Amino acid sequence: MDFLRPSTLAEALAAKAAHPEAVPLAGGTDVMVELNFDHRRPAALLDLGRVAELHEHAVVDGRVRIGASVPYTRIIAELGDRLPGLAMASRTVGSPQIRNRGSVGGNLGAASPAGDAHPALLAADAEVEVASVRGTRLVPVKDFYTGVKRNVLAEDELITAVHLRPATGPQQFSKIGSRNAMVIAVCAFGLALHPESGRVGTGVGSAAPTPRRAVDAEEFLAGELADRNHWTSPRALEDSVKRRFGELVAAAASPIDDVRGSAAYRKHALAVMARRTLDWAWQDYREGSWQACA
Amino acid sequence: MRVNVTVNGEHRRADHVWEGESLLYLLRERLGLPGAKNACEQGECGSCTVYLDGVPACACLVAAGQAEGREVRTVEGLADGDELDPVQESFVERGAVQCGFCTPGLLVAAHDLIERNHQPSDAEIREALAGNLCRCTGYEKILDAVRLAAARKVEAAQ
Ligand SMILES: Cc1cc2nc3c(=O)[nH]c(=O)nc-3n(C[C@H](O)[C@H](O)[C@H](O)COP(=O)(O)OP(=O)(O)OC[C@H]3O[C@@H](n4cnc5c(N)ncnc54)[C@H](O)[C@@H]3O)c2cc1C
Ligand code: FES
Ligand code: FES
Repeated sequence: MDFLRPSTLAEALAAKAAHPEAVPLAGGTDVMVELNFDHRRPAALLDLGRVAELHEHAVVDGRVRIGASVPYTRIIAELGDRLPGLAMASRTVGSPQIRNRGSVGGNLGAASPAGDAHPALLAADAEVEVASVRGTRLVPVKDFYTGVKRNVLAEDELITAVHLRPATGPQQFSKIGSRNAMVIAVCAFGLALHPESGRVGTGVGSAAPTPRRAVDAEEFLAGELADRNHWTSPRALEDSVKRRFGELVAAAASPIDDVRGSAAYRKHALAVMARRTLDWAWQDYREGSWQACA
Repeated sequence: MRVNVTVNGEHRRADHVWEGESLLYLLRERLGLPGAKNACEQGECGSCTVYLDGVPACACLVAAGQAEGREVRTVEGLADGDELDPVQESFVERGAVQCGFCTPGLLVAAHDLIERNHQPSDAEIREALAGNLCRCTGYEKILDAVRLAAARKVEAAQ
């Protein structure tokens, strides 16, 4: 096995082009488990730990650009004010030790349908920055996942960053697990309200072969909010609207039965999480409190 | 490959390290530091917790090569010579140690918590230790020990 240790992004991309079989290593919280248990014997490991650019975040063209290897702990501490949905999701990942090393780039690389970053990224319309020696491209996160643990990366490409607009409205994240810490989601839901454009963003986790949006639910709610002039003079949301939103979110899922939960349970739970997160987010919007606490 | 790493303030070198090897294996089997325990090798139990460049991490999930040129502090590096760290003292005094397997990881995690937060609430202690499993104590004595260590830290700072 080779251990490749680039110290700049250019070197990392050159190494990936020269060794397409090399497995990128960010925090290692997914990769090392596979190595320790002999589930994987790659020809080479490509350690991204020395590539400074992947460990930085900055505001670029009004959007937050988060380097692929920035660990969850730093996202929570340094970006929680601007990216509350992603910060909430980050807080639910593993344990402090896991959050100190695990990264959004690694979550995207693994592309597990249960990854906690995905619902938040989907709800916030994030774009994934992908680079190779051939150049850089931006992939809307909804197009990033291609199947169970598969993504659009070509074999010479690396994820370099994710781009998200700072929140312009309340954001929420909800996850079901058998306990509070250290659990992979039974299912998860992310919600973002975008008052400046009158849109609603959603992300469903652990309830389909890939993380996905609940597009019908987004359109339904955006339509209701616009029709009733709710963005400009927000009043309490009717129960029927919240219930319908939950039903449409559940309808967007195509879960399986597995050890963590049955498909029916997941659908039911998603409807409840959608209704509740909408309740919380709308309350925050009406009170303007999301700005204060964000 | 060769790995150079500073462990508990001392420069250490290891040769013939396998590229897929973990930092935990490097510490225990090559550098003779068995403090960090190997229980699960999958990040679930926290018994291998060490500081890597000042940040607690599961040593079983760090590739040895990723530690090249970096600073590692293990449970062996918490005490100041013969002087136990207040966290260690409190664990002993409060009976937070039974079989002791989880203890090194808990000590590092608790040490980090108290460094960051001198007056942690119970919820904050539970949150900070959520990645460390103990099969013996039932955790109450561990919580006691962390409360005591935090109180001593505050006292010492005054
Ligand atoms: C005990 C434990 C608990 C966990 N709990 C959770 C949880 O609650 N929620 C959750 O979502 N996840 C959880 N995980 C999984 C893991 O922590 C996350 O998926 C994390 O985001 C992975 O990030 P990493 O930097 O450690 O990735 P790595 O392990 O380094 O990499 C993961 C994958 O991404 C690829 N990769 C990494 N960086 C890049 C890049 N820049 N370009 C291309 N490919 C790349 C790697 O080759 C690999 O295939 C847990 C893991 C453990 C061990
Ligand atoms: S041995 Fe590393 S977390 Fe269990
Ligand atoms: S004291 Fe035995 S596992 Fe904790």
